[in-house]
Amino acid sequence: MTNLNRRQFISVMLTASGALLVGLRPAVAAFQPKVPIDLLGEALTSLGAFVRIERNNRIVIGARGCEIGQGVITSLPMLIAEELDADWNRVRVEQLPYGYEIGPDGETNRYGPQGAGGSTSITDGWKDLRQAGAVARWLLVEAAAQHWQLPHDRLATEASHVVHPDGTRMPYAELAERAAGILPPPEPVALKKPEQYRVIGKPAKTVDARAIVTGRASFGIDAYMGGALTAVMLRCPHMDGSVDTIDDTQARKIPGVRDVFVIDGPVPGSAFDTNLAAGVAVVADDTWAALKGRSALKVTWKPGPWAQESSAALEAKAAEALKGDGVSVRSDGDMAAARKAAKRTLEARYQVPFLAHATMEPPHALIKIEPDRALFIGSLQSPGGASTVIANLTGLSRDKIEIRMTRAGGGFGRRLENDYVAEAVMIAKKAGKPIKLMWTRDDDLRHDFYRPYGLHQLSATLDRKNQLTGFAHLCAATSMNYRIARKKERPPGQGCLEADDFPAGLVPNLDKRFFSLESGMPRGPWRAPLHTFHAFAVQSFIDEIAYETKQDAVELRLKLLGEARELDYQGHGGPKFDTGRLAAVLTRCAEAIEWKRRRSDGRGVGIACHFTFGGYAAHAFEVSMDGRDLRIHRAICVADIGRVVNPLGVDAMMAGGTIDGISTALNLAITVKDGQVQQSSFGDYAIGRMAQMPHEIEVIVLPSEREPSGAGEMGIPSVAPALANAIYAATTVRVRRLPLLAELNRRL
Amino acid sequence: MPQANAKIDKAPAAAVVPGPIELTINGETFRHTGAPDMPLLWYLRDVLRLTGSKYGCGVGQCGACTVHVDGKAQRSCLLPMSALSGQTITTIEGIASGDDLHAVQQAWIDEDVPQCGYCQAGQIMATVDLLKRKAQPSDADISQLTNLCRCGTYPRIRKAVKRALQLMAEAKAAEEKAAEAKS
Repeated sequence: MTNLNRRQFISVMLTASGALLVGLRPAVAAFQPKVPIDLLGEALTSLGAFVRIERNNRIVIGARGCEIGQGVITSLPMLIAEELDADWNRVRVEQLPYGYEIGPDGETNRYGPQGAGGSTSITDGWKDLRQAGAVARWLLVEAAAQHWQLPHDRLATEASHVVHPDGTRMPYAELAERAAGILPPPEPVALKKPEQYRVIGKPAKTVDARAIVTGRASFGIDAYMGGALTAVMLRCPHMDGSVDTIDDTQARKIPGVRDVFVIDGPVPGSAFDTNLAAGVAVVADDTWAALKGRSALKVTWKPGPWAQESSAALEAKAAEALKGDGVSVRSDGDMAAARKAAKRTLEARYQVPFLAHATMEPPHALIKIEPDRALFIGSLQSPGGASTVIANLTGLSRDKIEIRMTRAGGGFGRRLENDYVAEAVMIAKKAGKPIKLMWTRDDDLRHDFYRPYGLHQLSATLDRKNQLTGFAHLCAATSMNYRIARKKERPPGQGCLEADDFPAGLVPNLDKRFFSLESGMPRGPWRAPLHTFHAFAVQSFIDEIAYETKQDAVELRLKLLGEARELDYQGHGGPKFDTGRLAAVLTRCAEAIEWKRRRSDGRGVGIACHFTFGGYAAHAFEVSMDGRDLRIHRAICVADIGRVVNPLGVDAMMAGGTIDGISTALNLAITVKDGQVQQSSFGDYAIGRMAQMPHEIEVIVLPSEREPSGAGEMGIPSVAPALANAIYAATTVRVRRLPLLAELNRRL
Repeated sequence: MPQANAKIDKAPAAAVVPGPIELTINGETFRHTGAPDMPLLWYLRDVLRLTGSKYGCGVGQCGACTVHVDGKAQRSCLLPMSALSGQTITTIEGIASGDDLHAVQQAWIDEDVPQCGYCQAGQIMATVDLLKRKAQPSDADISQLTNLCRCGTYPRIRKAVKRALQLMAEAKAAEEKAAEAKS
């Protein structure tokens, strides 16, 4: 990195209040005597960088990520605090806004990556946020070195102080002003060695927990704006249908209703081309008036091109599709020859349903559009995507669009789509006023971007010694890459079937093929997208092979994984997959559940493991049936996600992922009939409640010196197969369709 | 043609109350002059901007909007203002005394319960109510908390309920000791 670039990368700024700011912003702004106005707000509504040192030596650290419950508002600032050697107990964390700007070298984000998806926040922050903290510390030490006339390397730091060789401690606050006048070092600053860590690896509680438990935490849906009207939409229930007739006479009579108008669905080639239901917007003084107005509407619909689509028809189409050739995703050896030579071939089909995200906080958006700028407040996972959507629909340059990020009531991939942002912009433009768009729960369940539906057909060829000689995985699914040009360019199987996933590279003959199904359902990523989608099939089938060949299900997996080694892995989470790390989590999980111990009283134990986005996890459950309900007596989750930044946060992610996995595997499916989604509430899309859940999830995180991999998604893919395997052990019923409970009760 | 949203939008049966509705919320008296069928949730949020009570479903299934009406946990999305005349409401914003958190709130922090945090106000309000009804709740009693959590914080909620019991017992013991010392 050249000196100039370095200065652009890390810059330092002194505010009028004497605060030192260190961040990733262009040096152009950094040494201006005038401080940008947005850095001076008394309430710090907008922080200009990552670190601020107040006169009382309190360190304020900016959190750049989208906090959707994965804990980045705590864990990302920990990375900065570590290298800054800040006293974590006195750190205050502030949520940063979206940091898009146009710098001397073009478009940039002054805070670096801010989106939440693919469990990448920690891996990204590991690269740049530690350096941001280290540079801030370097500057403070340099300031102290100048003050004491001592060489830089004779000074140490501890808990927001620089320490003189004689033990004298000087608070960072007293050095901030001098530090701000020093040029950052030309080369990256050396980072701490792990044995020096005081923050990383220590349990840290959610930084804004007090605000949450007192009701003061502000979620996107809690934002209000003077002069804004509240909008709700009556959306066409038919996929890609349209408005036929409207009678809004009664709706307009509701006190508080200000306007009623049609919002068309997106037309091909228009500025917003993803799925968006056509519908009727009701704009009112408050939510209740808007909702009453909506229920007073009389609207008829044109059903559109998918009027015949149903879950039953899709199943038939999937079975039919599997008779074709499909698109090869990976082919090793000669599977056809393996089939011919096989002593025995096992085959089974597994079905996974559409799923909705059902974030507790439904989609919503607050937007004010002015001729030369716009302000957006709302819960997001992709602020960059939201910014682009607003720019495309308003014609505003992205640097004129301010996006305030808030704590989000869940994400799970739902907010990677910005359809609700687009809707709010369309409504605000028509209304000519700032708009707060609200979605109700039925809007949310009926107009989601659903986890794809899929039918997996797995085959295993065995020789006379019951050794696995070949493995075929055929997957017919409603691809996530559809409809939109930029998505259609991607391989259709991407997001449903990963070339290098287990058991690729572990069997001599492998055939993986994808069969694309047409559907009108909007599809999108759902927590650990392709892994929750296919691990159920693969890890259930391995269990079936073990039973059929009278092998131990853990031993079989370990035998397949073989010696610890790294295999190439092209998908997200690569470039390598370490068989030894997967074997280690599986082995530890088997120990924890006492795999070898025989159970009585109708109890059964099941196990599964999976590699997700660079992390390794195994689950084991001990279950029994209690009438029509499943009792989960023990639930174990073992994970290896590299070095752990916040153990308390990782435990929460693994336990939460496990419970999400249980709730989803047991209960949840979105179905279609007559081209309409059938579920509309928590009554028919029954997220698991406390009574259904194990009292404890025993989370074991294996210690690791490797780079961290993130934690948001690894804790879910192996849940459904481990549960299905446990159910088989307890009942001898092999459930091959999700959700498990309905199918199990049908078969029992 | 079925109305997509008819179920949720249907107003709860509301008695017609002439004139303004007076009620007490977190110790203050308020007078509602708007729609009498407006559910308490929307009055709290849209009118008073007390946004700690959350919208999650609008039909009483999720519990994110739980408040106390005359000391009992109720789902505020189902309570029309017309039915609340003269009632005393406590919301999540009203259960701490000044800076002193309620034991349940403190327990939620101690056990680091929240993930996304959206349902937690409702979980806390439901737990405060549970602990009023059951001084020593069993695991089965705790299982009767029906508030939904999409992040899966249930095991930590369980721990936090027990932690709250411990905090309350400690506070009571300290009070008794202080009273003894006085006498």
